[in-house]
Amino acid sequence: MSGLSISRRGLLAGMSAVGASAALSACGAKTGDSSSTDAAGAKADTSGSTVKVGLLNSLSGTMAISEVTVHNALLLAVKEINAAGGVLGKKLNPISQDGASDWPTFAEKAEALIKDDKVVATFGCWTSSSRKAVKPVFERYKSLLFYPVQYEGLEQSPYIFYTGATTNQQIIPALDYLKKQGLTKLYLVGSDYVFPRTANKEIQAYAKAKGMTVVGEDYAPLGSTEFSTIVNKVKDSGADAVFNTLNGDSNVAFFKEYKSSGMTAKSMPVLSVSIAEEEVKSIGTQYLEGQLTAWNYYQTTPGAANTKFVAAYQAAYGKDKPTSDPMEAAYVSVYLWKEMVEKAGSFDVAKVKAASDGITFAAPEGEVTVDGASQHVYKTARIGKVGADGLITEVWNSGKPIKPDPFLKGYDWASGLS
Amino acid sequence: MTVILNQSFTGISIGAVLLLIALGLTLTFGQMGVINMAHGEFIMTGAYTTYVLQKSISSAGISLLVALPVAFVVAGLMGALLEWLLIRRLYTRPLDTLLVTWGVSLMLQQLARDIFGAPNVQTHAPDLLTGNISVGGGITLANSRLFILGLALLSVLALTLILRTTPLGRRIRAVVQNRDLAEVSGIATGQVDRITFFIGSGLAGVAGVALTLVGPIGPTMGTNYIVDAFLVVVVGGIGQLKGSVITAFALGVLQSVLEYSTTVSVAKVMVLVAIVAFLQWRPQGLYTLRTRSLA
Repeated sequence: MSGLSISRRGLLAGMSAVGASAALSACGAKTGDSSSTDAAGAKADTSGSTVKVGLLNSLSGTMAISEVTVHNALLLAVKEINAAGGVLGKKLNPISQDGASDWPTFAEKAEALIKDDKVVATFGCWTSSSRKAVKPVFERYKSLLFYPVQYEGLEQSPYIFYTGATTNQQIIPALDYLKKQGLTKLYLVGSDYVFPRTANKEIQAYAKAKGMTVVGEDYAPLGSTEFSTIVNKVKDSGADAVFNTLNGDSNVAFFKEYKSSGMTAKSMPVLSVSIAEEEVKSIGTQYLEGQLTAWNYYQTTPGAANTKFVAAYQAAYGKDKPTSDPMEAAYVSVYLWKEMVEKAGSFDVAKVKAASDGITFAAPEGEVTVDGASQHVYKTARIGKVGADGLITEVWNSGKPIKPDPFLKGYDWASGLS
Repeated sequence: MTVILNQSFTGISIGAVLLLIALGLTLTFGQMGVINMAHGEFIMTGAYTTYVLQKSISSAGISLLVALPVAFVVAGLMGALLEWLLIRRLYTRPLDTLLVTWGVSLMLQQLARDIFGAPNVQTHAPDLLTGNISVGGGITLANSRLFILGLALLSVLALTLILRTTPLGRRIRAVVQNRDLAEVSGIATGQVDRITFFIGSGLAGVAGVALTLVGPIGPTMGTNYIVDAFLVVVVGGIGQLKGSVITAFALGVLQSVLEYSTTVSVAKVMVLVAIVAFLQWRPQGLYTLRTRSLA
């Protein structure tokens, strides 16, 4: 997602077909040789003085720009935990596997981690396509995956813990914020694929129920760089704010056009859900200053835990490296797993799952709590404003962590959505 | 009324971008018949040149002005090098040229990734070009778009003058119309080819400078524009400058009108359908000229 050359949702869209077939071929190809060895062959090895944990990220290919930062954050957490004595007295031995931005490879490497390395848990994946590709593998071997990226919701695998936000922890709070600011006339601009279309369907339902109006809805093909007409339409629409679900390069062209047409964050703010610290860098603060974003964590989020995290990350990987929401969620996921294991007193997957409910951790984003039923995490929604220095500062937060609701069951207006 | 005027300006400005990216191609593809898939990477070269210059010259305005000639020369030299190394050996094999230049395009993208990193880079537009002019009646013209329009028209004018009035232009036209006859008349056709390719690639570099004002700057940016550039030249008619000019503005206006009344995706489809229909009716394009390799 960072670098905007290809975003995670961008890939998600472009590759969704590939991802789906990847999942199928992953099951299909491996069933033959794995069925006989399933239970015994995949048993996590906890006999030695160290235990292996799997880190499954794309270290090469188009997604590497983004996923390497998540990988770095995971390694940082493992290093810190080891320095503090490990988990249940055992040091963690991180095994990195390269998913290579290729969904069948993700499935293959996941299987290798579980079967050959006998890892006790795996952390990683970024695109929804890669998650969908490895999901059947983790379910078949009854092994745990911790997934750190905000995603489109509507999923709940018994063997995946989702430590990024689901829609009711990002998009819905963002709408609450806009409503509270009196910005009730929205223009929706998004890339033309499943995520923005799903998100906008939710926004339409929300608007209808809460007295907001959607005055326009426009989609640009992924990679589209000609936004003059869309910006003209937005300008003529009389909207109070723009809700932006564009991904990748399109954001650059959109914001350049937006500025040169004379619109500003003051005259009509744009709220984006896929622009974090690194994306700000590549779009240019000149074009983004004052615009809004919705996440659960910013590099500037106050608190001792975050100060420590940012300092440790920059000490390890470079002073000018920003920290972002997905990296933070990845870092936290390792600690959450550690707490679960210690509460369970065992590395056993069933016991860890049973112990997960109510686990809390003082994360850089603030306190997070695991919801055992959905295997998602209570997270505080935070609306931020892009500053002149390229960092994002919080202007509003939800006050308390929001209970994860991946299927939006708790929202009456969402009942018509599938 | 305001909407119509605003949209016509939008259409013209889309047309100006199309014209600028296609102009170099009217020379290399239109005049010489070389299918150069690396044309988009010369555009990218121009954009990165702007980026590099801006790092050494802090004033955004001056660096942009300096970037125009520098990008022309840098991209032009890369084009001339490509012509000398590979393309001149393949003049009789157009399909091989396509594959070879596509390979070169991938290599150049990777080179950019290695030098500048995979994430996009950003340049600062001069303040003068980030604003807009209000001409009354609710009509605003973005300065960056006016700049691109002016640059496109200036480039067309310069190219026309070179082709029409200079000895070099006469030689280029002679080689295009009849290579053998030109050669026996004492024209060094190989040299003319190289200079033509230099100018065509250089114009792509200039387009790249202009695009830093409206689009992303990254290793794959060329691929965003290459298809549109070829469309303009094919519809305009191989080997005719005026065909490309008319086509660029026509496609721009058509795209913006359709986009306003439908959606971007639908408009794109409708424009492509219109192009296919047009080429069924007139496969040679708007204007035509006999060339040696694509008769």
